[in-house]
Amino acid sequence: MAITFKGVTYDYQAGTPMSFSALKNIDLTVPDGDYLAVIGHTGSGKSTLVQHMNALLKPTSGSVTIGEREITSQTNNKDLKPLRKEVGMVFQFPEHQLFEETVKKDIMFGPMNFGKNEVEADQLADQMIDIVGLPENTADRSPFELSGGQMRRVAIAGVLAMQPRVLILDEPTAGLDPQGRTEMMAMFNRLHQEQGLTIILVTHQMEDVANYAKHVLVMDHGEAAKYGTAEEVFTDVEWLRANNLDLPIATQFAHQLTQRGANFTTVPLTTAELAQELARQLGGKRHE
Amino acid sequence: MNKLIFGRYLPMNSWVHRLDPRDKLTLSFFFFILVFMANNWETYLLLSIVTLFSIWMSKIPWHFFFRGIRPLIWLIIFTVLLQLFFSPAGSHVYWQWGPFLITQFGIVNSAYVFMRFLLIIAMSTLLTLTTQPLDLANGIESLMAPLKIVHFPVETTAMMLSIALRFVPTLMDETETIMNAQRARGVDFGSGSIMKQIKTVIPLLVPLFVSAFNHAEDLSVAMEARGYQPDTPRTHYRQLVWHRQDTISWGFYIVVFIGLLALRQLP
Repeated sequence: MAITFKGVTYDYQAGTPMSFSALKNIDLTVPDGDYLAVIGHTGSGKSTLVQHMNALLKPTSGSVTIGEREITSQTNNKDLKPLRKEVGMVFQFPEHQLFEETVKKDIMFGPMNFGKNEVEADQLADQMIDIVGLPENTADRSPFELSGGQMRRVAIAGVLAMQPRVLILDEPTAGLDPQGRTEMMAMFNRLHQEQGLTIILVTHQMEDVANYAKHVLVMDHGEAAKYGTAEEVFTDVEWLRANNLDLPIATQFAHQLTQRGANFTTVPLTTAELAQELARQLGGKRHE
Repeated sequence: MNKLIFGRYLPMNSWVHRLDPRDKLTLSFFFFILVFMANNWETYLLLSIVTLFSIWMSKIPWHFFFRGIRPLIWLIIFTVLLQLFFSPAGSHVYWQWGPFLITQFGIVNSAYVFMRFLLIIAMSTLLTLTTQPLDLANGIESLMAPLKIVHFPVETTAMMLSIALRFVPTLMDETETIMNAQRARGVDFGSGSIMKQIKTVIPLLVPLFVSAFNHAEDLSVAMEARGYQPDTPRTHYRQLVWHRQDTISWGFYIVVFIGLLALRQLP
C-alpha cells in the first residue's frame, strides 16, 4: 500500500494567534513494501508527518493518498476505520496506552475493534505474544505488573494484532536497554522481510537507519530537507554535520579514514560492510 | 477541545497582561459583585461597555475571544430557558402550557440572567487569558496571606494550586496522545450509540489515571530530593510589585462603581 504526500502543509492551532506550521509543503512517496526512516531534530515535524499517514491529522492544505483513500482538509472523520486497520501506528512510549485487565485482553482490543470475533482475536493474541517475545505466562497477568520493556512489547503486540499492511513506528526503542533494542529492531525487520510489511520508522538511532532502512527522509523545521537511499544521505557528511545529525559509527570511522588518505568506492553504513571493505583493501582473506 | 479558550493563557504583551495578578484577581471579583448589583438595562449597558473596553485594552483579537467563548453559549441558553419557562407567575402571563409559562417578569429576568452569565464568563476568560497560571497562584497566595494568623496552611495550599495548574496542559496533551493511540487501535470517539460512547471512556481514562499517579509520584520524589519541606517559610523567584497602573485600573473601576450606583437609581 503506497502512501503519497502532495504539497502537504499542516498548521497547529490554525486560525489563532498561536498558529504555526509544523509541516511545510511536503511532497513524498512511500512505495509499497518500503522501509523508510525519518530522521531529524526534536520538533522538526517527524511525528506530525507520520500522524498524517493514518489520518490522525488531516493536512491544512494539500493531500495525502493512502492506498486508494485520499485525505484532504475536507475529509470527514467518519469511516476512517478501514484505513486505520491497514496502517498500524506505534506511538512514542506506547506502553502508556495499555488499559485492560490482562495482557491478552489488551492485545485483543485492536483486532476486536476492527471486526474480529473473540476466537480469532484470541488466536492472534497468542501469535503476537510469541512474535514480540513475551514469556507465555504473561498472557493472563495485568500489564501494569510487567517491567517497562515488557509493557512496550505488549503495546506493540496490540498494534501488530491488527494485522496492518503498513506499520508506523515512532521511536519504538526509546528508553529500552541495548539488548531489547536490538531484539525489537530485528523483529520488525523480520516482519518486513517475511510478510512484506511496509515500515516507516521515526528514529534518532542512526545505526538502525543504516542497518534496516531502504530510504531516508531528513526533516528540518517542517520541511523535507533531504530524501534518498541511506547511502545517498550518509554520503553528504558535511551537510549532515552542518545540520548536527549523527552518522552511523561505521560511516563515521570510514570518514575519518578517508581524511587520512583511505579511499572508499561506496560508503560503508554498517560495521560488517566496513570490515569487509577494509579487509578487501588490505588484501586479507574474505571472511564469510 | 482546542476551540475552547476558557481557562487558557494567551501570551501577549499588553497593558492588561502587565497588570499585577493580585490587581486582576481583586478587580475581577469586584466586577462580579457589580454584575449582581446591576438592576436595569442602563446598568447592564455600562458593565458591557466596561467589559468590551477591558478586552480592547488587552489587545486580544475580537474574533479569537468570541469564538473562544462560543462553546459556552449552550450552557447559558440552557439556564436562560429554565429561567424563562419556570419563573413564578404574578405578572402578565403571555403563554402557558402545563407547568411551562412565559411571563413578563420571566422574560425580563431571563434577559438579565443572560447578561450576567455573559459578562462573568467574558471577564473571567479575560483574567485567565492575560495572566499566567503561576502568576495567578502567586496572586492568590499573596491575597490569602492574612489567613496565616488563623494557622491556615496558605503556602501549602498555594503549592497545591500551582502544581494543579501546572499539570493541566500536560494532562491535556496526554489525553490527546492517548486518544490518538486508541483511535489508531480502532476506537471511534464521539460517534455511535451512548452505550458505545461510554465504553470508549475506559481506554482513555485508565491510562490517564495511571499517568497522573505516576506524575504525582515522580514529582513528590523530585521535590523531596531537592529538600522541599512544606512548613518552612519560602521566598519567591518572581516578586509581585504593585505598580501605578494597578492603582489606575482600580481607580477606573471605582468610577464605574459610582456610575453604577447612580444608574441604579433610575426607574
